[in-house]
Amino acid sequence: MIEPIAKPRRKNPLLRTRLPTSPPAPRSRASHGFTRAAAEGRFMLQRCGACNAFCYPARDACPACLSADLVFVDAPRRGMLLSETTLHVPADVHFRERAPWRVGLVAMECGPTLLAHLHADCAEGQPVVMSLQLDKSGQAVAFAHPERETPDMADDRQWREMTADPKFRRVLVTNGRSAVGQEAVAALKAAGASTVFVGIAEPWKPFRGEDGLRALDGVQIVPLDIGDEKSVTDLAADIGGKVDILVNTTEHVRAGGLLDRHGTSILRDEIDQSYLGFVHLAQAFGPAMRMRGADGVNSAAAWVNILSVYALANWPVFGAYSASQAAALSLSHSLRAELRPGGVKVANVFTGPLDIEWFQTVPPPKVAPRAVASAIVSALKRGLEDVFVGDVAEEIRQRLAVNPKAVERELGR
Amino acid sequence: MDSNSLMQFAGAVASGAVRVVDLTFTLSPDFPVIVLPPEFGQAAPVRIQKISQYDAAGPAWYWNNLTFGEHTGTHFDAPIHWFTGKDLPDNSVDTLPVRDMIAPACVIDCSAEAAKDADFLLSIPIVEAWEKRHGKIPPRHWVLLRTDWSKKGWRDYANLKDDGAHTPGPDAAVMRWLVEERNVIGFGTETIGTDAGQAGHLDPPYPAHHFLHGGGRYGLQCMCNLDQLPPTGAVIFAAPLKIQNGSGSPLRVLALVAGS
Repeated sequence: MIEPIAKPRRKNPLLRTRLPTSPPAPRSRASHGFTRAAAEGRFMLQRCGACNAFCYPARDACPACLSADLVFVDAPRRGMLLSETTLHVPADVHFRERAPWRVGLVAMECGPTLLAHLHADCAEGQPVVMSLQLDKSGQAVAFAHPERETPDMADDRQWREMTADPKFRRVLVTNGRSAVGQEAVAALKAAGASTVFVGIAEPWKPFRGEDGLRALDGVQIVPLDIGDEKSVTDLAADIGGKVDILVNTTEHVRAGGLLDRHGTSILRDEIDQSYLGFVHLAQAFGPAMRMRGADGVNSAAAWVNILSVYALANWPVFGAYSASQAAALSLSHSLRAELRPGGVKVANVFTGPLDIEWFQTVPPPKVAPRAVASAIVSALKRGLEDVFVGDVAEEIRQRLAVNPKAVERELGR
Repeated sequence: MDSNSLMQFAGAVASGAVRVVDLTFTLSPDFPVIVLPPEFGQAAPVRIQKISQYDAAGPAWYWNNLTFGEHTGTHFDAPIHWFTGKDLPDNSVDTLPVRDMIAPACVIDCSAEAAKDADFLLSIPIVEAWEKRHGKIPPRHWVLLRTDWSKKGWRDYANLKDDGAHTPGPDAAVMRWLVEERNVIGFGTETIGTDAGQAGHLDPPYPAHHFLHGGGRYGLQCMCNLDQLPPTGAVIFAAPLKIQNGSGSPLRVLALVAGS
């Protein structure tokens, strides 16, 4: 049984904030197949192309037949908990602080035996369902869940270390003017966030949905214009130590590539919003978040970017916009590495065209803002890094894995 | 004028016998700017980006990089800003005659009317009524429209509704008349723009821009403290930045007023 977590009390200002520590990180190159799977929330194991046997841990040759033809494929998740061990005094600083810590051996139905972190409701000899998770070092680990849902199961202490669950956390949604921003606020509140700060740029401009936003309990509207460095640092001075999750809902979409645009002012706006806005947010909020990665139940946990899937492959119809998104994507990888010592995750939510005014003439399928909001919450609850929302984003992901050159040519038609 | 009078004037400024009134809002990122439909190019907002502040980037000095559009904050419109003034000589801020940067002003107080009606339009009869009290507007004077709009909070100041901005300004007839019949040097307002918020629906659209700049005259907008000026007798100092081929510029607008 899980004891539900309690709403954290106010901090004792006489006590030092505990600094984040990291679990052991080194992995072999082959084992980053698990990292990729965990980032996307998939469960993958290596399978031998010659003898079809699944194997674990990651290897360069099949332990059954010595073939080098080992490929990561989606694998069945079910297994049985063979044995469990509770570590009371681990040698490692990270786990010593978190002891007692339970790990166990899981015999997978598909063959191999995995060493896994255990949900508290997993019992020896019982069936379990496996997932791959990114730990506080950003490395993939196996995690065993009970076969069926149990009460308050998301509050499990070890599971919460793997995720960035919004429950009892304080979230900054950077742009509350957009439909995605407003849906994200509602979804995060529904997921149990204690406070959602909502940034509004140029408060002298009215916007749709303003009354609804102001009426929501636990929602605090704050002045934030991410294109303006001072606005961002001023807000961080006020609430930087209270932002546990930052959701960057910046949205600045304009059609057009290079040749049919006159001048550079639209490109500059795109770069100001997508790229420099991100830089301002990261420099203002990143350091405090990295420092607060182990700050109790409402520790700093995650940073979420919403990116166009055309960050991965330029769509010339929205060519300059795609490029600004690619810049933000590259920056997110730097941020991810820089936040890692704090155990703070960076999740990128990739979408195809959204069902918003700026994609009016784009034919369906388009992604509903509410679907993006659900994906954000799901990514936080599951601790994901790379999320593809909707058919277009998923299709681009799959096509890129096969032949990036074909994607370039086909998008450029 | 002999140099003695000029020194007398300088002495009066120094002693406070001539009051210097600052008609300028602080240039800051928070100040509202003109909003065009999103498919048009937009004025870059004011950005103040620190280069160094006695820190690792510059241990002994503090300075900033600035970005802003020509038409942000309290600003000046040159004739080249509008299509009607595009072919005039010396029509940009770098070429306009420096003599024009110092000129007297007539201040027409319509604050009561503007308080009642955000779409208040200045008309010829209102100016004629003003002239009955204060005399005919002399040539090469500024006409400044006082509405007390500058005293509002930013949201009410911009006053954007789903059919556009609602702020006071001049009607088309009075603008033509001020330029052609009164030979004003320019027209100034407290609001965002020399034209009313709904002036796109007047004939011609944006008549202040149309007639002022077509006639080689100037605009001043986003001014404050007009309530501290007398109806006549103030002298306006308005020197825009000397931007190459510039259509306008933020500037410091000062009024000189004889002491009380």
